[in-house]
Amino acid sequence: MRISVLWYCFKQGIKNIFKNVWFSLASVATISASVFLFCLFFSILTNIQFMVKNMESTVGITVLFDEGLSETDILALGAAIGGRSEIKEMTYISSEEAWESFQKDYFAGHEELAAGFAEDNPLAGSASYEIHLHDISAQNEVVTWMQGLDGVRQVNYSNTIVEGFAGFNRVVGLLSLVITGVLLLVAMFLISNTISVAAAFRKQESQIMRLIGATNFMIRAPFIVEGVVIGLIGAGIPLAGIYVLYTRSVTYLTERFSILSGVFMFLPMEELYPAMICVAMGLGVGIGFFGSFFTIRKYLKV
Amino acid sequence: MIEILDVCKTYGTGNRALRDINITIEDGEFVFIMGRSGSGKTTLLRLLVKEEEPTSGEIIVNDRELRCMPRRHIPRYRRSLGIVFQDFRLLKDRNVFENVAFAQRVVGASSRAIRESVPEMLKLVGLSAKYKSLPQHLSGGEQQRVAIARALINRPEVLLADEPTGNLDYQNAVEIMDLLWDINQMGTTVVVVTHSQEMVDLMGGRVITLDKGQVLSDEIRDGFRDED
Repeated sequence: MRISVLWYCFKQGIKNIFKNVWFSLASVATISASVFLFCLFFSILTNIQFMVKNMESTVGITVLFDEGLSETDILALGAAIGGRSEIKEMTYISSEEAWESFQKDYFAGHEELAAGFAEDNPLAGSASYEIHLHDISAQNEVVTWMQGLDGVRQVNYSNTIVEGFAGFNRVVGLLSLVITGVLLLVAMFLISNTISVAAAFRKQESQIMRLIGATNFMIRAPFIVEGVVIGLIGAGIPLAGIYVLYTRSVTYLTERFSILSGVFMFLPMEELYPAMICVAMGLGVGIGFFGSFFTIRKYLKV
Repeated sequence: MIEILDVCKTYGTGNRALRDINITIEDGEFVFIMGRSGSGKTTLLRLLVKEEEPTSGEIIVNDRELRCMPRRHIPRYRRSLGIVFQDFRLLKDRNVFENVAFAQRVVGASSRAIRESVPEMLKLVGLSAKYKSLPQHLSGGEQQRVAIARALINRPEVLLADEPTGNLDYQNAVEIMDLLWDINQMGTTVVVVTHSQEMVDLMGGRVITLDKGQVLSDEIRDGFRDED
């Protein structure tokens, strides 16, 4: 295939866009709306996942054992717990270590207050395991299992924040899927309409091309170019919009709700944007390409 | 060489457009296919261009059997034909040069080849001076000349003309027929489909007459022009 032929097809595709400028604008607007919503949900979902992942590394499970249980028995129980595949890491904290840590946290600067307990560890029998999981969604199952073990006195864990986030994540995910899906269908329909109008405008030209020996590729390529360019523009506009919106929103939220900075940690734009660009451009080009490809197949048969 | 062997064409409605057509056209011939409206001449042309398939029979054009031709080979086959229409079918948003160049662009010719061959072809049809004009600013005869230049630009082996003088006055019609004759003299096989008795009588030569989808006669006639 000659470069001059590709260049000719490209130029004809661009001309098509301007010949039906209002239809083209309508298609660009619909694709922009769909891709904008997609990017919005994409940012929210990615951030929720980021926060949940963060929590998985900070929120742990603490397992306490029956008083009087020997350290050998505790370590044996620990080995059984550590054998489960859901467990990412676990740390044994003996009652002495627990007391030392407590002193550091609560008696710092007033060590004389703790001196009275020198010979008598008030946290005796508080040996524990600090456990972190690979996936926080397995927490309930692991906790229930550990609670059923002989020798386990108590299992401490935090459920509400994680469950809240996971539930919110599911709702947003489902909502985004439905709304984006409907918008993508509308965009596909509109681009198909635009290409139909372009095909009708150029019907005679396509007929002549067919009769003088143009290949299917040559006849269809300008329409595909038209669809893909519309798709690219339609994806580029919301990407630029989302960039500005996201960076400003994150700055605002971080400053306004600095007290919640431990819970609400946002993904930096430079980490979020490359993936978003790829997916959004893929969506735009995909809608443009398939919308025009299938429409033109119907109209122009050799 | 064009061989049309026992060709029948029946449309879905039951309309029998062609019945047992047998025609052979040698390389370099100038042939009129004549007949009234509905006689089947346009159907025959559509079969030759492979826009339609015969219901039965075979068509062989320059050793290519059209019935067996795979779809992907159709564009290449059509490039060996030049087609001229009664209504010219020029692109109104492009000037004379671009209309002729268009036929070369769609078959992937290089820009250099286009720059070289289009002026040559416009000179042949006598439109060198009007290469910048838009089709709507030309007379009917001139528009048909552009259409002929477009049909010839890819150096086809066969030129098929469907009622090429149908929309022209007598003077322009004669000029177009003369041009087609000149093209034939350069070696291109020319097949002219027409219902114009006047043009056939003027030009003479081989005339195949169709009536109700059948070949009524296939004869060599003297033209008035020869007598002059």
